[in-house]
Amino acid sequence: MAEAARQQDSAEAAGTDAALAKKFYRDMLLIRRFEEKAGQLYGMGLIGGFCHLYIGQEAVVVGMQAALKPGDQVITAYRDHGHMLATGMDPKGVMAELTGRAAGYSKGKGGSMHMFSVEQRFYGGHGIVGAQVPIGTGLAFSNKYKKSGAICLTYFGDGAANQGQVYESFNMAELWKLPVVYAIENNQYAMGTSIERSSATRELYKRGASFDIPGELVDGMDVEAVHQAGLEATEYARSGKGPIILELKTYRYRGHSMSDPAKYRTREEVQEVREKRDPIEHFGQKLVQRGLVREDELKATDKEIRHIVNTAAEFATESAEPAADELTTDVTA
Amino acid sequence: MATQILMPALSPTMEEGKLAKWLVHEGDDVKCGDILAEIETDKATMEFEAVDEGRIAKLLVPEGTEGVKVNQPIAELIADGDVGEEAAPVAATETKGGRQETRQEARAEVRQGETRAKPAAPTADDTQQAEAALADAEVPEGTELVTMTVREALRDAMAEEMRRDASVFLMGEEVAQYQGAYKVSQGLLDEFGPERVIDTPITEHGFAGLGVGAAFGGLRPIVEFMTWNFAMQAMDQLINSAAKTRYMSGGQMGCPIVFRGPNGPAARVAAQHSQDYSSWYAHVPGLKVIAPYFAADAKGLLKAAIRDPNPVIFLENEIVYGRSFPVPKLDDYVVPIGKARVLREGKDVTVVAHSICVGQMLEAAEKLAGEGIEAELIDLRTLRPLDTATVIASVKKTNRMVTVEQGWPICSIGSELGARVTDEAFDYLDAPPIKVTGKDVPMPYAANLEKLALPSVDDIVTAAKAVCYRT
Ligand SMILES: Cc1ncc(C[n+]2csc(CCOP(=O)(O)OP(=O)(O)O)c2C)c(N)n1
Ligand SMILES: [Mg+2]
Repeated sequence: MAEAARQQDSAEAAGTDAALAKKFYRDMLLIRRFEEKAGQLYGMGLIGGFCHLYIGQEAVVVGMQAALKPGDQVITAYRDHGHMLATGMDPKGVMAELTGRAAGYSKGKGGSMHMFSVEQRFYGGHGIVGAQVPIGTGLAFSNKYKKSGAICLTYFGDGAANQGQVYESFNMAELWKLPVVYAIENNQYAMGTSIERSSATRELYKRGASFDIPGELVDGMDVEAVHQAGLEATEYARSGKGPIILELKTYRYRGHSMSDPAKYRTREEVQEVREKRDPIEHFGQKLVQRGLVREDELKATDKEIRHIVNTAAEFATESAEPAADELTTDVTA
Repeated sequence: MATQILMPALSPTMEEGKLAKWLVHEGDDVKCGDILAEIETDKATMEFEAVDEGRIAKLLVPEGTEGVKVNQPIAELIADGDVGEEAAPVAATETKGGRQETRQEARAEVRQGETRAKPAAPTADDTQQAEAALADAEVPEGTELVTMTVREALRDAMAEEMRRDASVFLMGEEVAQYQGAYKVSQGLLDEFGPERVIDTPITEHGFAGLGVGAAFGGLRPIVEFMTWNFAMQAMDQLINSAAKTRYMSGGQMGCPIVFRGPNGPAARVAAQHSQDYSSWYAHVPGLKVIAPYFAADAKGLLKAAIRDPNPVIFLENEIVYGRSFPVPKLDDYVVPIGKARVLREGKDVTVVAHSICVGQMLEAAEKLAGEGIEAELIDLRTLRPLDTATVIASVKKTNRMVTVEQGWPICSIGSELGARVTDEAFDYLDAPPIKVTGKDVPMPYAANLEKLALPSVDDIVTAAKAVCYRT
């Protein structure tokens, strides 16, 4: 890819240490295996409705989350399972929400697209494209107002980047110097519409230019590059300079949701990314080459992760549905 | 260790599918993500990916097989020794002999999901009703009837109007190249080209307003919302700009535009993607609001909407798209806006519904007939202007009314009908009207709660019996 940003093995530059590197690998793999399992459960009819898998994009959320500090907030759209796992939410509770059970994070009432965790400062889980952007900006407003020192990490997609409320948010965020990092996950498609077909300008990291918001393009398939950019961006926002934009170039392997026939791109296009740029596969090899882990350690990690995911799936398929009287609770306080 | 690969459900409404093509052979090694097969679902052809590593031992279902049931074993996989017992995969690949309950449970759920998704697959009765209903519309005697889905009827309506009037164009998310998120605009790009069938960015407020401007400029836009849930982004343009301009300009200019798309709860898509906007739009002066059930009405009313000089809100229903009904084979079948239709005559109770609830009301009427209650059924078809005359005339005959809708109960279509009936036929009422509605809560995700949140056929039967003082 042509974009120069953080192409070269940014690892050394970032000086990622062994423990952190292993954590990156493990966190990404957890998301990958979790999503594969969610896909399976959907195939069995145990998960219903819309289910948007994050497979292919794991490096984005794992790298970014590692740049946060305790107290920082996170908000995203409906492609959210990876974000929840990366904020430290329990795979069992997430999977149980996917199957609509009482033990799920939203008691089974929210489903795949709508989960929240006050404890992990994860503010959802939003189904309306772009709507999370002003909300994330508002969370940042509350941080500034309360002088909490926290920032809000606000994720949205390339498709969402065309919604008007994104620019209304940008203006206010810069005007009031709000501590918000906008992380644009550019997986190059919004459902069946490629960015070329929807956007007059495709360099999304420049979308803040008319508001004087700095932006940076990042290789979203390289977890270390993401992490490094994340550290700099969060530092910028935290220091009181205002909002900053990161465009994370990434790719989703699966259809938009489970029922997308994906006729808008070729099988070869997907295969090429999988083979040449897979964020997990490549990172694992890199770690072995650098002598940070051994091949058999990676295998052991895989085994451990499969166990976690299988346990979560079992929990999610065996636990009870919400009681009927939950229908009318939680509507108002 | 041999595991079975099971036929997956690849859409929320899939029960069985065709195994169109195998992309692996027996003896092939596969990794996670490799595409195993192409499967045709009820909506599209989908690729089915491997979720475990191993070797394909056996293909159990030959390619080209139709009607393969979800969760039926389609291949056998020998798992990679390395992966270890621990990883004994469940779900779409499932250990032979193991976890049988999960599988059955899953099947049961799929079936349950299905009944929910298509509450009343149209029965022969339904079709008869639809034909009978057509008879009293202005369809010449002996007109041939063609069976088609509501989806096709809507597409045909747009295509016919686009052929007839060059100023009509279609705009929305995924309407062109993708052929419509719900395939309603299938084929239109091919026929009319990219200048008249236009894919928009995800910018509802923007393109709705642009549509209003284009209508001011003399065009006749059809603006598709992928679902009506996303029109909330555009609400200001719909109401402040489209609905009020004729009035604000002292009648100088209007806004001939159609906003259309699927409305109302779909299956298991939860609170932000599942709500009924019928009463929201019916509230607004300056708009016309249409919510058909049958394919013929979908076609005839959409054609009328496109020709109408006012902004028209056209509320479709995702679950109804796939239902088939007879449609008159006429060159120009237009159904007038603003007229309800009596679908079935009866003397005991008037039942009023629109959109998907019409199907439920028909089922309920059969059950009621079995208990000796003759229900008169009214399909509103248009919600604004509301054809209260037809409803009042019926209530004066039956002296009882039940209204049915999926929307919330407060300030609903049923609330309005109740008020109008008490106003204009108070002395005729033998019982207070009953509203059967969705529950007064956001739509829950969990399968059991979702079922409870929606009005059911039994709810209609119970309400009808209650107004007849029968238990
Ligand atoms: C306001 C609104 N319009 C349309 C949709 C339907 N929709 C859901 S996701 C999506 C595509 C969004 O693409 P992008 O922002 O790139 O995110 P990605 O799915 O690639 O993660 C669309 C059109 C919606 N949920 N909300
Ligand atoms: Mg995208």
